[in-house]
Amino acid sequence: MMEKMIFGRYVPADSVIHRMDPRSKLIIVLLFVCVVFIANNAITYGALVVYTLLMLAMSKVPMRFVFGGLKLVFILIIFTFLMHIFLTREGPIIFELGWFKVYEEGLRQGIFISLRFFLLILITSILTLTTAPIAITDGLESLLGPLKKLKFPVHELALMMSIALRFIPTLMEETDKIMKAQSARGVEFSSGPVKDRVMAIIPLLIPLFVSSFKRAEELATAMEARGYRGGDGRTRYRKLVWSGIDTLMLLLLLALTILLIIFRT
Amino acid sequence: MDISLKNVEYRYQVNTPFERLAIQDVSIDIPSGTFLALIGHTGSGKSTVLQHLNALLKPTAGEVVIGERTITSEKKQKGLKAIRQKVAIVFQFPEHQLFEETVEKDICFGPMNFGVNEGEAKRRAHEAIKQVGLDESILQKSPFDLSGGQMRRVAIAGVLAMHPDVIVLDEPTAGLDPRGRKEIMDMFYQLHKERNLSTILVTHSMEDASRYADKIAIMHKGEVYKVGTPLDIFSDPEQLIKMGLDVPEVVKFQQKLEKTFGYKFAKTCLTIEEISQEMPRFLKRGEA
Repeated sequence: MMEKMIFGRYVPADSVIHRMDPRSKLIIVLLFVCVVFIANNAITYGALVVYTLLMLAMSKVPMRFVFGGLKLVFILIIFTFLMHIFLTREGPIIFELGWFKVYEEGLRQGIFISLRFFLLILITSILTLTTAPIAITDGLESLLGPLKKLKFPVHELALMMSIALRFIPTLMEETDKIMKAQSARGVEFSSGPVKDRVMAIIPLLIPLFVSSFKRAEELATAMEARGYRGGDGRTRYRKLVWSGIDTLMLLLLLALTILLIIFRT
Repeated sequence: MDISLKNVEYRYQVNTPFERLAIQDVSIDIPSGTFLALIGHTGSGKSTVLQHLNALLKPTAGEVVIGERTITSEKKQKGLKAIRQKVAIVFQFPEHQLFEETVEKDICFGPMNFGVNEGEAKRRAHEAIKQVGLDESILQKSPFDLSGGQMRRVAIAGVLAMHPDVIVLDEPTAGLDPRGRKEIMDMFYQLHKERNLSTILVTHSMEDASRYADKIAIMHKGEVYKVGTPLDIFSDPEQLIKMGLDVPEVVKFQQKLEKTFGYKFAKTCLTIEEISQEMPRFLKRGEA
């Protein structure tokens, strides 16, 4: 189960999207999140879908892998869809079965909102799949740079993020290891009564917490031992470079936005 | 309980860009009562092999026969709990699995999961804590107040209390001091003899492999390179060294002696005891 997760996972490859500057990717994702809300009819949503799939295709990440990894998200999306079907009571009834009625507005909203949700997840997944975590935080630090003048702890924030991201795979590995160790002691995580399965979380979570605290302490010691003293005067090995592709991609998103504004109703 | 692996292959993360072949065509027979040592370079697939021994991993090809059960890549397996009670694994750094409020509760956790009642589980906890060389007074302490070495022993006690037929050890003494190492390994060996267990030991210590095992399997790049008695295995040091492994110090010592003196011992000695027995004869031959 764990191995199929794609959140926060980076798939190295050589594609246009991989080569983009993390800053431009971050800006595009951020803008896209806003742009999604402009769409309100079939044409505009269609344009969004085309754009997102185009990005996915350009990233060269295997589709099967991406959609396989989003299985859990699909459950959430289906749930959202059903909520809208059941709870929205506007417009003409299009389907009726006893007490159960589906309204046109419910179906419409259900489809659009699940689609919106799906596109947001997909575009952010493309970002994390094609950008190394360290590049994302570098990009973020650079984008937030101006806030330093307002005494905002930009470097600290970026550091916190990169540490958090860095330890996602480690934590997953650890979880897997402890799950195996406890399974060997007779805990059943994936079968048996629900009550037992809920209780099975305890022998998993406690060791995870213990080792996380230990690891945090070790990391702090290691950083101090290497003379870490904040971001002042830091030089970088990896320099961020804004290239023509980045400008082009931003313009593409701009074109999409204009398209959406024209065709929305 | 007999365990046998037949042409087992395992791939991690099948159908993802991260797919990786971990082991292939692994066939090992482990009849009841065997002490098998699994040696190999880091990343040779030892840990993957041992997770097949109690069905924590399901082979992607081939089959694993554990007692009466056959585990293949097909379909979801049910009732694996029965296997896990018979085949217990002590993972690397088992102290990471401790979670209960007291040592006693933690040791009872395994047996009680397998349906042992509380009274019996507590009795086993007392028995197991003595087996691993700790005082019974430790049972009421929190496992998180113990030293690293003590935690390791408590975790091992938790596995012993399950009363398995087969015990799988993944570098059980890594990071312990020399005395602790010897005590723990001797304890496992004694249990192996007394309860007629099968023991599978994954180790980097050639000394341990030669001292305790009746059979040694060498893993190399995900495949079984060779299976044999310690004598077979360590008689061919060049091959081992080529694979990033080593031979016991005693064997190296013997080789150096043979080179210096220009003639051979009657046999390859694997332990200090053996070589000290052979030494007078070896030296006498020199005088002759």
